Amino acid sequence: MLEVSDLHAYYGKSHVLHGVNLRVEPGEIVSLLGRNGVGRSTTIKAVMGHVHCTGSARFKSTELVGKRAYEIAHLGVGYVPEDRSIFPTLTVIQNMVLGLKGKEATGRWNMEGLFDLFPRLRERGDTPAGVLSGGEQQMLTLCRTLMGDPDLIMVDEPTEGLSPMMVENVANLLREIQKRGVAVLLVEQKLTIALAISRRVYVMGHGQIVFEGTPEQLKANADVRKEWLEV
Amino acid sequence: MEFFLVQLLNGLAYGLLLFMLSSGLTLIFSMMGVLNFAHASFYMLGAYFAYQCSKWLGFWPALVVAPLLVAGIGALVERFGLRTVHKFGHVAELLLTFGLAYVIEEIVHLVWGRAAVDYQIPEALNFTAFHILTSSYPAYRVFMMAISIAMLIGLYLGLTRTRVGLVIQASLTHPEMVEALGHNVPRVFMLVFAAGAALAGLAGVIGGNAFVTEPGMAAAVGSIVFVVVVFGGMGSLLGAFIASLLIGMVQTFSVGIDYSIGDLAGLFGAQIPEQFASITLARMAPMLPYLLMVMMLVMRPKGLMGTRET
Repeated sequence: MLEVSDLHAYYGKSHVLHGVNLRVEPGEIVSLLGRNGVGRSTTIKAVMGHVHCTGSARFKSTELVGKRAYEIAHLGVGYVPEDRSIFPTLTVIQNMVLGLKGKEATGRWNMEGLFDLFPRLRERGDTPAGVLSGGEQQMLTLCRTLMGDPDLIMVDEPTEGLSPMMVENVANLLREIQKRGVAVLLVEQKLTIALAISRRVYVMGHGQIVFEGTPEQLKANADVRKEWLEV
Repeated sequence: MEFFLVQLLNGLAYGLLLFMLSSGLTLIFSMMGVLNFAHASFYMLGAYFAYQCSKWLGFWPALVVAPLLVAGIGALVERFGLRTVHKFGHVAELLLTFGLAYVIEEIVHLVWGRAAVDYQIPEALNFTAFHILTSSYPAYRVFMMAISIAMLIGLYLGLTRTRVGLVIQASLTHPEMVEALGHNVPRVFMLVFAAGAALAGLAGVIGGNAFVTEPGMAAAVGSIVFVVVVFGGMGSLLGAFIASLLIGMVQTFSVGIDYSIGDLAGLFGAQIPEQFASITLARMAPMLPYLLMVMMLVMRPKGLMGTRET
């Protein structure tokens, strides 16, 4: 479904992605792991059209490199950034409405259904999103992107700074997303939920993929964990 | 009391006119990060187009046609100018609007000459609306306020009640995220730029005949509009609104006050040289907005209600 090959990206003169190769099949959860600054976030930003890059990223056999972010979104790619990018002055409901690409929700998700999963968001529907707690904002940003009914959702560090209970909520939502046939590309630094929910994992180091395998293979491979993951 | 009431109304009319200009400038700045130096040139074009249209078609058609023409020019500037130089950064964009302001001024010179043109308020509105004690208050000023308030309500409803308004509000803080959700942000930029130009043009239509329509009007009002935007805070419409009214009041009231530095010194029993003592508040009026801006920048760099410091 998503096929990234030989992707290079630059910030000014510094070369941050050195030929990244990865793929995501329909309906699977794939994690992209690695320490801070190895290019995980840049990889998904490049796929989303937010970072200038060369190489290839094909989604449902359409080339994404060179397209604008809104065109990529309309092809069915959803993106949830690390900073969550909540629209702080708009209400929770207005944030959700902005996730829609057309006038109404016609796909897998709608506002009522998402509010049933997270009753807390319904309670706070008319509250400016800027005053929500970190966990609530994380749920909102995920739900907002789901309103656009993506076929692949790329989520950057959704568990960062959350309480263990909220982390569990995120994991459950990602499982629910997968159950409804949406592929997930999860970027994480910590292994906790990534190993529990992923079918496959990639590990990045220095702007390249340094390991590819199943969670079990990564658990068994102490060398990779020691060299590329553990702090 | 009479002086106060008349000046209050004049200040309000002028302040609302300033908001018509600064609202567009603020929206454009917040979304695109471009401080549009040519914004006041759109105001001037609005006035000249209205003058020309009034001659051919009359004032009422001009009220609609002139802002639409300016909106069209604004859209073209965004689509083929700003969007092209965007990849070279904000400095290139800034220089483009800077150059454009001069180009527009020279075009005005070429077409309408260097002297002021005879753009008059329409006969239908050239009467006294009401009296405040002994002063008569012109109907055209009331008309200006009515148009400004209608525009204010329209802008508010457009931004808060429509889908594209929500997209614009969200783009004020997170344009990248808005685009990642599938909204055509470049098109929204063009729309906002055109709408901002149209508002400036409308201000020109109703301000050009109330004041004067001449090639220096863009530079004169442009610097005041920058003061408003900086004072109110970059990126805040509410801040721009408050600052517009405040600067409008300050400018209107100060020109009518003959209180001098000598009088002030006299209160404290001090003697100061005649050349300073004779300076009245009225003579300092042109300086006051800039003084306010400098003081605001020193005390609160992001402005009254600003959300960003760049």
